[in-house]
Amino acid sequence: MTTTLDGAQVAELASREYQYGFVSDIDTDLAPKGLSEDVIRLISEKKEEPGWLLQWRLNAYRHWLTMAEPTWQNVTYGPVDYNDIIYYAAPKASKKKPSSLDEVDPELRAMFDKLGISLAEQERLTGVAVDAVVDSVSVATTFQRELAKVGVIFCSMSEAVRRYPDLVRAYLGSVVPYRDNFFATLNSAVFTDGSFCYVPKGVRCPMELSTYFRINAAGTGQFERTLIVAEDGASVSYLEGCTAPMRDDNQLHAAVVELVAMEGASIKYSTVQNWYPGDADGKGGIYNFVTKRGRCAGAGSKISWTQVETGSAVTWKYPGVVLQGEGSVGEFYSVALSAHHQQADTGTKMVHIGKGTRSTIVSKAISAGQGQNTYRGLVKVLRSAEGARNHTRCDSLLIGPRCGAHTFPYIEVKHPSAQVEHEATTSKVSEDQLFYCRQRGISEEEATSMIVNGFCREVFRELPMEFAVEAQRLLSVSLEGAVG
Amino acid sequence: MLRVDSLHAGVGGKEILSGLSFELPAGQVHAVMGPNGSGKSTLAHVLAGRGPYEVTGGQVSFEGADLLALSPEERAAAGLFLAFQHPVEIPGVANMYFLRTALNAVRRARGEDEVGPGEFLGLVEQKAAQVGLDRALLQRSVNEGFSGGEKKRNEVLQMAVLAPRLAILDETDSGLDIDALRVVAEGVNALRGPQRGFLVITHHQRLLDYVAPDAVHVLVGGRIVRSGGAELAPQLEANGYAGLLGPQAGGALAPLAS
Repeated sequence: MTTTLDGAQVAELASREYQYGFVSDIDTDLAPKGLSEDVIRLISEKKEEPGWLLQWRLNAYRHWLTMAEPTWQNVTYGPVDYNDIIYYAAPKASKKKPSSLDEVDPELRAMFDKLGISLAEQERLTGVAVDAVVDSVSVATTFQRELAKVGVIFCSMSEAVRRYPDLVRAYLGSVVPYRDNFFATLNSAVFTDGSFCYVPKGVRCPMELSTYFRINAAGTGQFERTLIVAEDGASVSYLEGCTAPMRDDNQLHAAVVELVAMEGASIKYSTVQNWYPGDADGKGGIYNFVTKRGRCAGAGSKISWTQVETGSAVTWKYPGVVLQGEGSVGEFYSVALSAHHQQADTGTKMVHIGKGTRSTIVSKAISAGQGQNTYRGLVKVLRSAEGARNHTRCDSLLIGPRCGAHTFPYIEVKHPSAQVEHEATTSKVSEDQLFYCRQRGISEEEATSMIVNGFCREVFRELPMEFAVEAQRLLSVSLEGAVG
Repeated sequence: MLRVDSLHAGVGGKEILSGLSFELPAGQVHAVMGPNGSGKSTLAHVLAGRGPYEVTGGQVSFEGADLLALSPEERAAAGLFLAFQHPVEIPGVANMYFLRTALNAVRRARGEDEVGPGEFLGLVEQKAAQVGLDRALLQRSVNEGFSGGEKKRNEVLQMAVLAPRLAILDETDSGLDIDALRVVAEGVNALRGPQRGFLVITHHQRLLDYVAPDAVHVLVGGRIVRSGGAELAPQLEANGYAGLLGPQAGGALAPLAS
């Protein structure tokens, strides 16, 4: 199903700048700047964590000290001073998590209203359960009671650690171990909040689950950790959205998301990433260095990633799937936009282990202004993966003469029966297309937006309806001023 | 309706139209004929406002307004439509969505209410049936994978839906078989009316067998060298442009054999 904006909406939106760039005046509880074992102990203590988790964090931290920041990615950014970051920031009112929305700090509610996510309305009207994370903590989770009726656990990670420690302990780090990579290891040491979701055997989660991430406090990093487990035959669709205020300095966002799908289970994970991208001259913006990975543990399981990346100054992420279970399926649908001075190095990793595993990759990269967009993907078929199949389609669209598109596909095949296909195209929004639209009365900006949306159609139709509309809107806004 | 007065235009410093003049009153169909390279397509594109063509002299007024001062989309909103010789493909954009976006953009510019999806569906299906365009093509991406004939029918469909004041057909007949040619002609004839003008640019007389023009202009070397009634077209077909021109192309007119 495709959805499309009408011209008036596009025109109205195209005249806006980054509209989520406001700062809310919320009294915030901050940890001292910098990273040390003491800071980690403080975070763990604030969250009333069990000893094993503190130990896990410290192990990660000690390992992190031995690691070097990666430099292989095709992006450039100034050095990050890890001792100049605040690793824990919590809106003060949230010390005790409210049991109902009426108890949520009015300032916080106002902030979410301003973001267009009225928590109360979400609860009443849309039928989407929302976990709202501000800076380091989850401030509200809606629909928990309804979900509990069918046995679905949906709460913040902190709450999960307190109430379901055995589940967390069993799966935390089972897909992305704390030694995985520089940023995932850092996250393991200092992660603050995020969402936890557990769908028991045979349950189809009755509503979309959603987490909304918001960085508000200055000088902080956001290090959330999300864990989703779907037991045998369970299914769940999960949405993630994110914004941040406009600030002149760069802020670090280093999240980890782990998904586990058991036999016949399916997890669909959709992201619309709209972190502040920096201004038109490339000043400020979020560094989005994220590790997302799913494990199709059981036979016939399926994990599908859909991402629309329009924000951040620098994006560096490769949501992947480890296809362990026989006949399991991994999918990756991506739209990544780099306008102005944005840089994105993104793609996926599909690791085929089980027999008859299949993966599909559809990547649409759009570069405008001086944006640089890199697709980097790994398709790896191990010796055990008899009859594995992959199809990759990787398209780049260039708008204007100063942007760039780059593609680095890595393919490693160890089984002779594997079928791996890779298609790639690079095209431009042509003068002919623009003139054709304009001759029909459509303005250049609206035409560009329409052509870009058309280019992304294959990915947008994978998104839940509401997100698809949001994604189209974001593309139109993000392209503003970067065209021509 | 349209008045072109000593129009000079070219591209990259090279003049292609050298002082071209004619007038098209409302309610009439005028044909512009001429040999390859005479500036026919340039004329169509200059009237529609396409870059990189530059106007270096002369005036064009459309419904009393200075056409050359308007952007391409403003010209469209004013009621100028160009049926392209080579319609452009737009992958991923549904034909129907494109057309509704265009119609609403034009309506908005005129201060009219937009047409909702339901109402539009009825309109477009009726028009598609008129021009014999397969309904399935409405859901496909704009012109993508269309045959040559389907692309031209699609242009006629767009014209029928947008209902312009002035339609310029840029060699819409080129490469069409006789059936498709009839469809194009019927599309034009169905839209003919006292308030509407057509400028039919063509290399051959064929289309004019089905769309009787009120006047024929012969374009050679960037200038109208001869204007006449509908009878001019078969004469050109019989004698060729050379017969009309005499020994030097673009030079003095030789008398027409009659």
